[in-house]
Amino acid sequence: MNTYNCLLCGVGGQGTVLASKLIAYAAMQKNMNVRTSETIGMAQRGGSVVSHVRCGDNINSPIIAKHTAQVLIAFEPGEAVRCLDYLSPDGVVIVNNKAVMPTTANFGAQYDENEMFDYLKKNVKNLIIVDGNDICNKCNSNKVLNIALLAVAAKTNKLSIGIDELKKAIKFKIPEKFHDINITAVDYAVQRYI
Amino acid sequence: MKKLMLGNAAVARGAYEAGVTVVASYPGTPSTEITENIVKYDEIYAEWSPNEKVAGEVAIGASIGGARAMSCMKHVGLNVMADPVFTASYTGVSGGLVLCVADDPGMHSSQNEQDSRHYAKAAKLLMLEPSDSSECKEFTKKAFKISEDFDTPVIIRLSTRVSHSQGLVDEKDRENYELKDYEKNSAKYVMMPGNAIKRHVVVEERTKKEIEFAETTDLNTTEINSDKIGVITSGISYMYAKEALGDRVSYLKLGMVYPLPEKLIKDFCEKHEKVYIIEELDPFIEEHCKALGLDVIGKEKFTMLGEYTPALIKKAIFDEDSNEFATIDEQIPIRPPVMCAGCPHRATFYVLKKLGLVVSGDIGCYTLGAAAPLASVDSTICMGASVSAALGMAKARGNEFNKKLVSVIGDSTFIHSGITGLIDIVYNKGNNTVIILDNSITGMTGHQDNPTTGFTIRKEPTKQVDLELLAKAVGIERVVVADPFDLKNFERIVKEETQADEPSVIIAQRPCALLKTVKYTGHCKIGPECKNCRMCMKLGCPAISVKDDKVVIDETQCNGCGLCINVCPFGAIHKED
Repeated sequence: MNTYNCLLCGVGGQGTVLASKLIAYAAMQKNMNVRTSETIGMAQRGGSVVSHVRCGDNINSPIIAKHTAQVLIAFEPGEAVRCLDYLSPDGVVIVNNKAVMPTTANFGAQYDENEMFDYLKKNVKNLIIVDGNDICNKCNSNKVLNIALLAVAAKTNKLSIGIDELKKAIKFKIPEKFHDINITAVDYAVQRYI
Repeated sequence: MKKLMLGNAAVARGAYEAGVTVVASYPGTPSTEITENIVKYDEIYAEWSPNEKVAGEVAIGASIGGARAMSCMKHVGLNVMADPVFTASYTGVSGGLVLCVADDPGMHSSQNEQDSRHYAKAAKLLMLEPSDSSECKEFTKKAFKISEDFDTPVIIRLSTRVSHSQGLVDEKDRENYELKDYEKNSAKYVMMPGNAIKRHVVVEERTKKEIEFAETTDLNTTEINSDKIGVITSGISYMYAKEALGDRVSYLKLGMVYPLPEKLIKDFCEKHEKVYIIEELDPFIEEHCKALGLDVIGKEKFTMLGEYTPALIKKAIFDEDSNEFATIDEQIPIRPPVMCAGCPHRATFYVLKKLGLVVSGDIGCYTLGAAAPLASVDSTICMGASVSAALGMAKARGNEFNKKLVSVIGDSTFIHSGITGLIDIVYNKGNNTVIILDNSITGMTGHQDNPTTGFTIRKEPTKQVDLELLAKAVGIERVVVADPFDLKNFERIVKEETQADEPSVIIAQRPCALLKTVKYTGHCKIGPECKNCRMCMKLGCPAISVKDDKVVIDETQCNGCGLCINVCPFGAIHKED
């Protein structure tokens, strides 16, 4: 029995929904059963967003049970910490290195990105910190962060799909004029982080 | 070919396959994508109606006209539609009529957590509840046939997790549904007392037949795995229960949640030592079981609040934690939704806050005007209430209070149900000031057109309601159109209009920053002239924050709208390309 649970978390507008669609599509091409659950609506307005993607056998609930996600893809370090209780003990966390300040931090709430990374380093065995800005700069686009994080996840072999399957999904699900830039992001991310 | 679909997309697919030709709805999370997906099918007439009551009546009319018709709404939308729904129960249908209502347990995007199953019982309407995308399609298809077989509107109840989860759906061809002949039948469709008295008898007879149907329909399924523990459940709770409990318990899954079967439930309870009822929100199935005299366990073990999870169910039934619960011992500030960078409403609320006004609020993106630092909204009840509740406040507290009071309401919400409140203000001699936040779109639900945008749901150009003329037509003589980004002028207008001894409407006009037609360029940057006074922080713009005790603007978030330039007293913020 193989069940792949991947949780994607970030801030509304960062592209988590597209990333979850690509995983789901690629898993379907492998004849896996797939269920996902997304945050749609009010939470998009710069709020915390979470996408659950489940692939494989015996999946009923569209949401992942706590401590069972093999992969946590976090677009923002604070959101990674917030969702860390979804991670299975031997799971891997792929996290973008750039914090997005919540507006509440401007009015007294404490938010220290170094503290977030310290916490992740202390509590996660398999932690991959990705310099999203660097990849975006290399590709001349700030829209490839989601694909870059996904590529690193695919390369860990803990995701339901591999790099070639991800590339196929990109070609099928993303408009053609953005193919090259996203494929470049995949190649660069894989070469740099694994 | 199987496709991965949102529950909402699957409902639309089911309606398409059932041969539906008319769909009328008002947007509302989490139901909006049903109607948005309907638009993909050219064979179906679709519309965004001004509100749910109108939408429901369009669908009812289409059904009387012999077509299969549907209307979709969020839970609170069903409150707005309730009037026609209760009577359509008496008239029954000609073409199949399905109403889809999406509840929002956990209140991801709602003002209350109502359980719409009570409507089925109150209006005596058959209700189905699918558990996943595949069932969303199948149940919707079946709902149209059931509607015609029993001569009743059928309600499909969804929840956020069913609507916004994706699962695999098997697509089939569209049924060739023939429009039924139109026949005048006033005894069935004219609900005046003489006719309605007779139709009520029909409704009660119908409900008895529906109960018999509930005993045998394959919408309700039993899975016996144990003689110790049985679970009666429906909707998304079934999926969570299956995930958490697997084949350690038996299941009675109720796909039809009103009317509920009696014999089926009694038989199931007799076969098990203990029976749990697992249902989010209210004890709807539980109360039915207890009325049958059955000893079941429900809300003493399960909360009436929020969403369930597999872990919560496992803990309640087996007292097992699904895993060692390592709780996170790190403080992370909450990240609430905020108005987007460039949002036109930010300017309006900045002025209202500055003037210290009492703000009667409404439903839309601008409800976020209640959050810090703008924190100007005083009350938000339901669609349209900003206008009428402000009249009530003014009548209660007098004219001096009224001079410190404004209503704020979006363009779509104003058309939905603000206009009637405005008529009340004129008719009953109120002096209120109503600010219509005209951002040229229905924003919060994701950019749906409405009667003020000039486009239909299919983006065809149409007549556009002129808000200025509309306000004048109902008797408002002071109507001002202003750009809220022109802060000084806008402030002056708000002061003038609130002080006037007659009612007034201010149309705060600036389109939503996320519209494709809005082209802000470049981004703002803080220059060396900055005195760290932090006036710009009062805007609550997500692009502006404090780093190392200095205000900074995040280039990737800033869209160059320039509002912060307008508030900076030292001219320290500059636009860069």
